[in-house]
Amino acid sequence: MKFLLPAALLLSAATVYAAAPDPAKSQIGFAMKQLNVPVNGSFKKFSGNVVLDLKKPEAGKADLTIDTGSISLPTAEAVGEAKKKDWFNVAQFPTARFVSTSIKNLGGGKLQVSGKLTLKGVTRDVSAPFTARQEGALVIVEGSMPVSRLAFKVGEGDWSDTGTVADEVQIKFKVAVPASK
Amino acid sequence: MKIERYAAPTILLHWLVALMIIGTFIVGLTVSGMPLSPAKFRYIAWHKWAGITILALVAVRLVVRLLTRAPSLPAHMGPMEQKLAHLGHALLYLLMFSVPMTGWLMSSAYGFPVVFLQLVQLPDLIATNHDLGDKLKQVHELLNWTMLLVVVGHALAAVKHHVVDKDGMLWRMSLRQPAARD
Repeated sequence: MKFLLPAALLLSAATVYAAAPDPAKSQIGFAMKQLNVPVNGSFKKFSGNVVLDLKKPEAGKADLTIDTGSISLPTAEAVGEAKKKDWFNVAQFPTARFVSTSIKNLGGGKLQVSGKLTLKGVTRDVSAPFTARQEGALVIVEGSMPVSRLAFKVGEGDWSDTGTVADEVQIKFKVAVPASK
Repeated sequence: MKIERYAAPTILLHWLVALMIIGTFIVGLTVSGMPLSPAKFRYIAWHKWAGITILALVAVRLVVRLLTRAPSLPAHMGPMEQKLAHLGHALLYLLMFSVPMTGWLMSSAYGFPVVFLQLVQLPDLIATNHDLGDKLKQVHELLNWTMLLVVVGHALAAVKHHVVDKDGMLWRMSLRQPAARD
C-alpha cells in the first residue's frame, strides 16, 4: 500500500505533460470587421507548450508564443501595413505571448481559459471559452478569444478610428497537441 | 420638328447611371494610387457600394430598354453608320455590366466580401485566390479604360450629330421636350 500512492501519482503525472502543438493541425487566426466587412487573418508561426488532460482539465496549462512577423492577411499591401509601427510594430515586438493562469470546466464539454496576453509590450488579462476533444493521438483545443485591439495599441494614430476598423477582434485558435498516453 | 425621345425611365436612368459611373470612376482612380489608410478603406467601400448600385440600375435599365421602343435613328445615317451606332450601344451595355462584375469578382478573390452600405453582405462569387484577384484587378482596370474611350466616343458622336448634322440627337435623351419650332 505504501508504494501504491506514489505509483498512482506517477501514473497520473504521466498523463499530464507539456507538449508542443502540432503545426500542421494547429492554427491561430483572427477575425475583425472593417466597415462591417469581415476580414480574416492568421499567424503562420507560433510555438509553445500545452498541457491538457481531458479527465482533469482544470490542471491544464498553456504557454504560447506567436511570431508577429508571420501575420497573414488577404493582400500583400495589408500584410505590409500590419507589420508597421502603428499596427504590430514587428521590428520592436517580434513576438506575442499567451500564458494561461487558470482553466475552468463549465460542463457540457465547455471550458474557459483565463490568462495573460502580452502583445506589443502590453500585458492584459484575457479569457476565452473553448472546447477540447480527443482525435486519435491528438487533443484538439478550439476556441475564440475576444480582445480589444486598442487595449494592446494595435492600430494607432489614424487607425485608432474604430468606425473604420472595429475595436473587437476575435482570436480564433485551434491547437492540436499529442494526447497523453 | 417633332423629336421622338427614349422612354422616360430610360432617360432618367441614362443620366443617373452616367453621373454615377463618372463619380465611381474618379473614386476608383483616386483609391488605386493611395497608401492604406482609414480614408482609403472608406473610399473603397463607397466605390464598391456605388458599383453594386450601378449594376442594379443597369439591370433595370436593360429591362426597360428591351420593353420599350427606342426612337429610330436619324434617316440621314447610312446602314453602316447605323450598325456602328448599335454596336457602340451594345458595347456600352456590356461594359456597364462587366466593369462592376469584375470589381465584385476581384473583391471576392481577394477575400474582402462586399458589404453593401455596411448592411448586407453579398455572396462571394469565387473562392479566395490572391493571384486571381491580381489578374481580375488588371481586367477591371483595362475594362475601365476601355469604357472611358467608348464613353468619350459616345459623347463625341452625340455632339457631332447635334451640332454638325443638326439632327437634334441630344433631344432624344433630354429630360424635357424640345421647345416647339418649325
